[in-house]
Amino acid sequence: MLFSESFSMALTSLYANKMRTLLTMLGIIIGVGAVIALVSVGMGVRSNVTSSIASLGSNMLIVSPGSSNRGGVRGAAGSMQTLKYDDAKAIQTKIKNIDYVSPTVSSSYQLVNGNMNWNCSVQGVTPEFLAIRSLEIDYGSFISTNDLDKRNRVCVIGTTVAENLFENQNPVGQTIRIKNQPFKVIGLLKSKGQSSMGQDQDDMVYIPLTTAQERMLGITYVQSINLQVSDSGKMDQVQAEVEQLLRERHHITNGKDDDFHVRNLTSLMETVNQSTSMLTLLLGSIAGISLLVGGIGIMNIMMVSVTERTREIGIRKALGATFMNIMMQFLIESMVIGIIGGIIGIGLGCAASKIISQFGNFTTVITALPIIVSFGFSVGIGLFFGIYPARKAAKLDPIEALRYE
Amino acid sequence: MKDHSQETRYATIKLRGIKKIYHIGEQELAALDGIDLDIHKGEFAALMGPSGSGKSTLMNILGCLDRPTTGSYKLDDEEVAHLSDDALAHTRNAKIGFVFQNFNLLSRISALENVALPLVYAGVGRRERNERAMHFLEAVGLADRADHQPNELSGGQRQRVAIARALVNDPHIIMADEPTGNLDTKSTKEIMQIFEQLHDEGRTVILVTHEPEIAACASRQLLVRDGKITRDEGKGVVMDVV
Repeated sequence: MLFSESFSMALTSLYANKMRTLLTMLGIIIGVGAVIALVSVGMGVRSNVTSSIASLGSNMLIVSPGSSNRGGVRGAAGSMQTLKYDDAKAIQTKIKNIDYVSPTVSSSYQLVNGNMNWNCSVQGVTPEFLAIRSLEIDYGSFISTNDLDKRNRVCVIGTTVAENLFENQNPVGQTIRIKNQPFKVIGLLKSKGQSSMGQDQDDMVYIPLTTAQERMLGITYVQSINLQVSDSGKMDQVQAEVEQLLRERHHITNGKDDDFHVRNLTSLMETVNQSTSMLTLLLGSIAGISLLVGGIGIMNIMMVSVTERTREIGIRKALGATFMNIMMQFLIESMVIGIIGGIIGIGLGCAASKIISQFGNFTTVITALPIIVSFGFSVGIGLFFGIYPARKAAKLDPIEALRYE
Repeated sequence: MKDHSQETRYATIKLRGIKKIYHIGEQELAALDGIDLDIHKGEFAALMGPSGSGKSTLMNILGCLDRPTTGSYKLDDEEVAHLSDDALAHTRNAKIGFVFQNFNLLSRISALENVALPLVYAGVGRRERNERAMHFLEAVGLADRADHQPNELSGGQRQRVAIARALVNDPHIIMADEPTGNLDTKSTKEIMQIFEQLHDEGRTVILVTHEPEIAACASRQLLVRDGKITRDEGKGVVMDVV
């Protein structure tokens, strides 16, 4: 007997029991749909976190001062005052494969505009900071080299600061007071939202590094130097070169401890990737369980169907149907349930994922892998859970089956 | 005196020492206790006997639905007593047409598809299947009901569909198990006429019944009692098809 005969027979009998077929399929539809929707949510979380880490700057090396050590009493990390703006300049000129070098200092100040005030972190930065942190200017301009050289009292503010000091007014061109000194607002940054660490990245004021050092803090050192390496493959090499250069500049002889640290954001990225992968896997496997339950549903219904159609099986066997004929008929039925259920489930899962991203204001990422895997799984489940009932049907004794009422 | 004409006739069915033993707990129950039987090509045999006599068991073995515990069953000179399930299925498909008391038609498909069903398992293509099925539906006078489902047909019509199905793969033997058991007198008459006609065409027909009037239509009457054939009348009466 031809395969196509078994196939059309299976379709006929599925069509004859439309409601039951649909309900059986529902288990698979929900299972496959859930796998695709939940995995897309997991992947969405991952891409969210990854992009927010990338927005801190990709290929970043952060040089920070070490802890001070005066007479055996150790200070906090970053308490050393040996890291200078000149170190940053030296790194820029002497080490290859570096795109940007951005030294920073920061401190919190009270900001005042007329009768409104606000407290936030004020960072002293160089023009390179814009590129290294992937910031974008909404209105106005960012701090220029000219501002840096002249130690101008200018600032660029984030949207949170703008809302709190200017409400709905355009802040660019206005003057605010920081530590009682007047600063002209020259630029407004585009909103970046929260960072992956839950920090409001818009609650920031940037002023020229030199202004911060000399007019505000009265210091000569910098608190950190951010480096952007041009190629992620060269991170380790550049890190070693930076360490070597700074040891030379700080006259640290072999065997003595460094008075600075160079940290690498790539390892943070790896950790985050790992944990979001775990999350995706967790969501996927919870959904996978519902797919399994759907499979058991198929088996259950197929068992009922075999019992119900005992007489039909008896008739078919009496007329010459072999073991394989009956086996194929029932196996194809359960596989068709798996296949059609899988296809509908894919459609539904993709739709659910779109709805989540539309109304939940949440990024979801649909990739081919979960679709292929869950579809393959649903076909496999149809096959696996169909085998037992199909065998049961095929092994029926025709005499017993014909006698069955 | 021996009838020489009988020996030259071809025995389609040859049973030798057929026993069927069921085990019920510790007890052994012989449903068939040593049956020797020849049925010649073209014979119309009625198998009678009270319930529990073993006639159904004999029928199942003759129809290749069941295997005897011991003994030999030669169908067209081929030993079929101990074949595998699948080989028996192929034998049934090719050589035996069944007509059952309760028709045993598939309820969800049309009369035509029911008639064509044995051809599906014989591996015949759809077009030829439908042509042949239609031919036999015409033969039983139901060509105009080809698209009807069994539940849209009367009992007599259903049994005629079943007979068409039994004939469709051109089997050597027609086995009918109480074919008129569920029918009224008029339909019974019609169905028996068809069987007589099949006999006239030279087909081998085996009929199981417990009604003497029905059995009387057959040319040979076999009585089964306690697993043995106790009476055999009209042996060798075959319609001449020469």
